[in-house]
Amino acid sequence: MPAVSETREAVEKLAKSNYEWGFETDVEMDLAPKGLNEDIVRLISARKKEPQWMLEWRLKAFRSWQEMSEPNWAKVKHPPIDYQDAHYFAQPKKKPGPKSLDEVDPELLKTYEKLGIPLHEQEMLAGVEGAGQKTPVAVDAVFDSVSVATTFRKTLAEAGVIFCPISEAIIEHPDLVKKYLGTVVPVGDNFFSALNSAVFTDGSFVYVPKGVRCPMELSTYFRINARNTGQFERTLIIAEDRATVSYLEGCTAPQRDENQLHAAVVELVAMEDASIKYSTVQNWYPGDEDGKGGIYNFVTKRGICKGDRARISWTQVETGSAITWKYPSCILAGKGSVGEFYSVAVTNGHQQADTGTKMIHLAPDTRSTIVAKTISAGKSDSTYRGLVRMQPKARNGRNFTQCDSLLIGDQCGAHTVPYIESRSMSARVEHEATTSKISEDQLFYCRSRGFSEEEAVGLIVNGFCREVLKELPMEFAVEAQKLLQISLEGSVG
Amino acid sequence: MSENKAAAWQALTGRAGERAALLGTEGLPTRRVEAWHYTPLQSLNGVAWQAAPALGEAHIKQSVAELDLPQHDGILVFANGQFCPALSHLPACMEVQEYGDGAAVPRLLTGRFSAGLNAALRQPGARLKVPAGRDAGLVIMVSLTEGEDVSTHLHHSVTLAKGAKLTLLDIQLGTGRYLTNPQMDVHCAEEAHFSHITHQKESPLAARLAIAGAKIEERGNYDSFTLNQGGALARQEVVSQLNGPFSNTNVNAIQLVDGERLNDLSSMIHHAAPDCTSRQTVRTVLSEQGQGVFQGKILVDQIAQKTDGYQMNQALLLSEKGQMNSKPELEIYADDVKCSHGATVGALDEEQLFYLRSRGVPEAQARDMLVQAFLLETVELVEHESLRHYLLKALPGHVG
Repeated sequence: MPAVSETREAVEKLAKSNYEWGFETDVEMDLAPKGLNEDIVRLISARKKEPQWMLEWRLKAFRSWQEMSEPNWAKVKHPPIDYQDAHYFAQPKKKPGPKSLDEVDPELLKTYEKLGIPLHEQEMLAGVEGAGQKTPVAVDAVFDSVSVATTFRKTLAEAGVIFCPISEAIIEHPDLVKKYLGTVVPVGDNFFSALNSAVFTDGSFVYVPKGVRCPMELSTYFRINARNTGQFERTLIIAEDRATVSYLEGCTAPQRDENQLHAAVVELVAMEDASIKYSTVQNWYPGDEDGKGGIYNFVTKRGICKGDRARISWTQVETGSAITWKYPSCILAGKGSVGEFYSVAVTNGHQQADTGTKMIHLAPDTRSTIVAKTISAGKSDSTYRGLVRMQPKARNGRNFTQCDSLLIGDQCGAHTVPYIESRSMSARVEHEATTSKISEDQLFYCRSRGFSEEEAVGLIVNGFCREVLKELPMEFAVEAQKLLQISLEGSVG
Repeated sequence: MSENKAAAWQALTGRAGERAALLGTEGLPTRRVEAWHYTPLQSLNGVAWQAAPALGEAHIKQSVAELDLPQHDGILVFANGQFCPALSHLPACMEVQEYGDGAAVPRLLTGRFSAGLNAALRQPGARLKVPAGRDAGLVIMVSLTEGEDVSTHLHHSVTLAKGAKLTLLDIQLGTGRYLTNPQMDVHCAEEAHFSHITHQKESPLAARLAIAGAKIEERGNYDSFTLNQGGALARQEVVSQLNGPFSNTNVNAIQLVDGERLNDLSSMIHHAAPDCTSRQTVRTVLSEQGQGVFQGKILVDQIAQKTDGYQMNQALLLSEKGQMNSKPELEIYADDVKCSHGATVGALDEEQLFYLRSRGVPEAQARDMLVQAFLLETVELVEHESLRHYLLKALPGHVG
């Protein structure tokens, strides 16, 4: 039997509901002309006052991008993207030294407010002194490709942690950037990573030195603000021996008519006994009820466990974007290293998501865990695509994968495409996947205990995702639960 | 076969150049083609494939006699792509149809390389029909191929009318470095039940691109079982479409891969009607430098509510050089379904081994016992008792 009629109504209602964070901040922008060519790459590099080696790196990437073709294997459909019809550089015009909240562009503050950034953090972002020592979260707000401010830098600096916009790192810590940039995701890795390497404007850079436990959660807010600007973020996180860091990434984008391209690259490097936890809540504009507009989110995220016993953990809650195409991966090169991937992907309306992970086991005693929860509603399509590879040297490698899909309504699709490649006799790979709908029994049980249908669905969905949500840092777990509720709001009754 | 068709066939197969061209670089799917990513066909390239010459009847007879065949109601023998009427007979109720004109790829198999190749170089095979309500019993089909750089492309069709029943044991064997590319089109009408057991023991030098496409109507049943244990590179492809409500399909297999061989089971189970069930168990044992491939897709159309689909594939790696590539896949467009799949790859369970050793079983024997147990469960899925015995006899010597 198809979904109960209430569910269908709810989904329709949901499709019609307006994007809560669909707003546009009117801040003066410094725009590069439309189009993409070597001159634009040079312009970006010049605007960022980058050294020569960086420009050459970008140009190399641009040249290899020109020879590549757009991948088409993902289970997503979209009209061809005109890469020449976009601005590749947009920067909010800075007023010199906004030192108190009153001086800060009120539009900017409004954006933060809508984003739900607590006031004291807003003050921190705006550079108000003495404010906000209460929350141990450092925010690096990326506002249309340029990190507007980085909070808590002093506290972090005392611990020896570098947390700054990558553009700044290129100038101030060139040796570190040179040593690691492009080592996990090489320049010519894929079409979108090559594009990103050529034109990225900003992103975050984190360096945690040996033996340091980062004293606070690091977080970044991504916002795509101006019209027709691609967002090409570049993030590089390095955790030296025995270092520990947790990084949160949150995304919301204003409502748009045209599809916007977002092609970020995130690289993580974990040395011996280091641990990196990377959490994402992605809630970009998914498009209107006809599936028009919305963000194209084509992201390359990869981490390498270089040292023995290193650990990389990816957690993501994906509720937004018209198209999501992303596979946060772990290369387990150090003995006994650990890779984890926890994902909740919710699609509704005409959204399409093709997401999953890659776990590449190169060394003995490496372990990986994959837990992917997919919820499809409306006319959306959601695919889990994952690769687990055990190389011959991955003796006693271990992987466990669990993929569960939940379908709400009979117009949507849920797909599971795992790839399992084992060349190691002593390795053990296990995969299981299920697809089902919300069971009538569970619904009835909740209803009989006085929950409304909507509450019941919310409860069941939250239960379905619990294994993943519990992996999120506290601040994000709350936000993620709220997002799930909003995404499936009125999905019944 | 009509004389016209024979002449046309002669004309087609007589041109060795054409065959080579079809199998040349341009025609062959590369590793970049998703469906062939794990099964590279480049070894077929550069061979001047020829039509296979006829084999002597006495020799064929001898080869068939050497097979330890179970009791059967009919037998069909093909040698190097040619039908051997003298060695074949069918149950009285079965009809053999005239080989038709259609050399097209059936819609069910559109876009599949093995079917395209068969359509291009097609040789007439068995055209069997079981009339309504009749049980044709057990029929054996033996396809023997011998020679160097020769290829055969037999096209069979099996049609079961309403309520008909047939069990077919499909044995493929041979010697030499050849290519076989058989195709079987199956149609199970309402309540028909077709049990199709393939025993693939081609020459360890041979290439094999086999494909079967089945359409199953209301309450019909297509029960497919493959024992893959031969060929240097052998793919068995099964496409099973559940076309009528309450129909059922099983696509089970055992793959025993040793030497430097590659065995591949690729399947597509398409739920195109509501209330259907499908079951799949595929077990692969890899030793030496064997490579195993499993690609199994369950596709559930929007209309196919109340689908119950289950797929399990497990592989045992018995050597450091073995390799397993699995890609189980679910593509689901209906919400009221129960679909799941599972996959495991690993070595023998050390605890089970320890248990047997602690009870005095020598290590080698204990390993064999565990492998046997692993395979036995799958063989037991075959309904036909004498066929279960036949398959069990085929297992030893290939495991451990």
